[in-house]
Amino acid sequence: MTYSLLDLLALDFVRNALVAGVVLAVLAGLLGPLVVGRGMAFSVHGTAELAFAGGAGALLVFGTEAIGWGALVGAVLVALLFGALGRAQRERDSVIGVLLSFGLGLGVLFQALYTGRSANKFGLLVGQIVGVDVGDVLTLTVVGVVVLGVLAVVRRPLLFASLDPDMAAARGVPVRALSIVFAVLLGVTVALGVQIVGALLVLCLLITPPAAAAQVTASPTLASVLAVVFAEVAVIGGIVASLDAGLPISPFVASIAFAIYLVCRALGALRTRRRVAVTTA
Amino acid sequence: MTPSIRLSGAEVRRGGRTLWTGLDLDVAPGEFVTVLGPNGSGKTTLLTVLLGLLPLAAGTCEVAGRAPRRGSADVGYVPQQTSMDALTPLRGRDLVGLGLDGHCFGLPFRGRAERARKVREALLQVDALDLADAPVGALSGGEQQRLRIAQALVGDPGLLLADEPLHSLDLARQRAVVDLLERRRRDRGTAIVFVTHELNPVLPVTDRVLYLVDGQFRIGTPDEVMTSETLSELYRTDVDVVRVRDRIVVVGAEDRLVHTGGGPR
Repeated sequence: MTYSLLDLLALDFVRNALVAGVVLAVLAGLLGPLVVGRGMAFSVHGTAELAFAGGAGALLVFGTEAIGWGALVGAVLVALLFGALGRAQRERDSVIGVLLSFGLGLGVLFQALYTGRSANKFGLLVGQIVGVDVGDVLTLTVVGVVVLGVLAVVRRPLLFASLDPDMAAARGVPVRALSIVFAVLLGVTVALGVQIVGALLVLCLLITPPAAAAQVTASPTLASVLAVVFAEVAVIGGIVASLDAGLPISPFVASIAFAIYLVCRALGALRTRRRVAVTTA
Repeated sequence: MTPSIRLSGAEVRRGGRTLWTGLDLDVAPGEFVTVLGPNGSGKTTLLTVLLGLLPLAAGTCEVAGRAPRRGSADVGYVPQQTSMDALTPLRGRDLVGLGLDGHCFGLPFRGRAERARKVREALLQVDALDLADAPVGALSGGEQQRLRIAQALVGDPGLLLADEPLHSLDLARQRAVVDLLERRRRDRGTAIVFVTHELNPVLPVTDRVLYLVDGQFRIGTPDEVMTSETLSELYRTDVDVVRVRDRIVVVGAEDRLVHTGGGPR
């Protein structure tokens, strides 16, 4: 290794990558528990594939500048559709599966037709965080602040509607309107995530951290805080490790997130056993 | 005194079908009204109206002297028992707290101490202080149902609506829930509208019965409504009502409706 970590951090593109990763992890960590609570893990995967298709289509037709917009349009449209599907799990799963595979097929077609740099192609699937420039970081931060602002306003009723939908509806929470708002927030976050960690690994930021947090706490606030922390550790650790090893970022993000999940599962199992021991004593 | 509920000439339609019409009902504070009837007779729909989620097709409805509003603090609601996912990120205190301000937008900065006190008091009323920090998904059906009642009571409502709250609970748990409701209405004068398929668990505490069948209804004390003549009229077939010790058994009612269904004539 020829560079120390400090040398790497002094590089502009590394700092851009880190800022982008930090913002993305905050969004993913805050939305994640709601995604898990609403049983929408598979929707996130589907949304990511459609963001990939949108990004690839935009790349083919308009060039690299348009990738972000293409991903955003693809993700938000399909997230709205998934949000409108209602709560019948089986029907929802099959519709998502149908659209997901179609989106993936379209994306692959767009990429096959694209004749430019191959790095542009693979970035959308496996992530290209070192390609993030100052403009991207600015856009990401602005979008991040907007998403946080909306979330600050709707979080309580959204949590209610996500975890306890029947009761929330009875208490007058606009459950349907909130599911549309949530779909837009999710679509935006997924579209950003696709450009940084790639479509294949958005799940590991949006699902794995909250799933790990849910193993060790039942407090909704602590679960969100932990999900953000876990997502940050995975992203920042993944960026640093990938730079160090000269490999793509996604395997590192995925491995760190998975390791956190395994540790939390073990802790959760211990906690449950202790509770059972207390109640039967 | 302002009645907790005042319905006059109330009519409800759903999907082009009139569920019931001409319903006049005043419920006094502290009164326990049990709503009976077969599936699809509009029992739950009555609660939906009182929650302010469905407007009447005709007639008027007042809850605590005002038109029903969504998310009103005057009304508490206990839903039918549903099991929560094991990993739901909510503790007992969180579930109860959602009943207080879960419908409010914005950040919960103000009144945190007051909120914690109210949640604690609601948990105390249902003897569930020990469930405050337990993950709701890990609790038994009876424990979850006690939390549901605390969730409904935390806003200190003058009216409590309960939709089959005893469903899938064993007899001991059913009695515990009924005792809780009975204590609440005695101590605080909370009116209770209790939708159920099973009258017997609430028979000792029921003041009046509202019996809905296929667009028709009868209102009165259990002794007035739960007779062979009245129910035979309602169901338009021979129904036998038999009293066995302190229980009432209805023979020949529900099974017929399941087969014929249909709208009112």
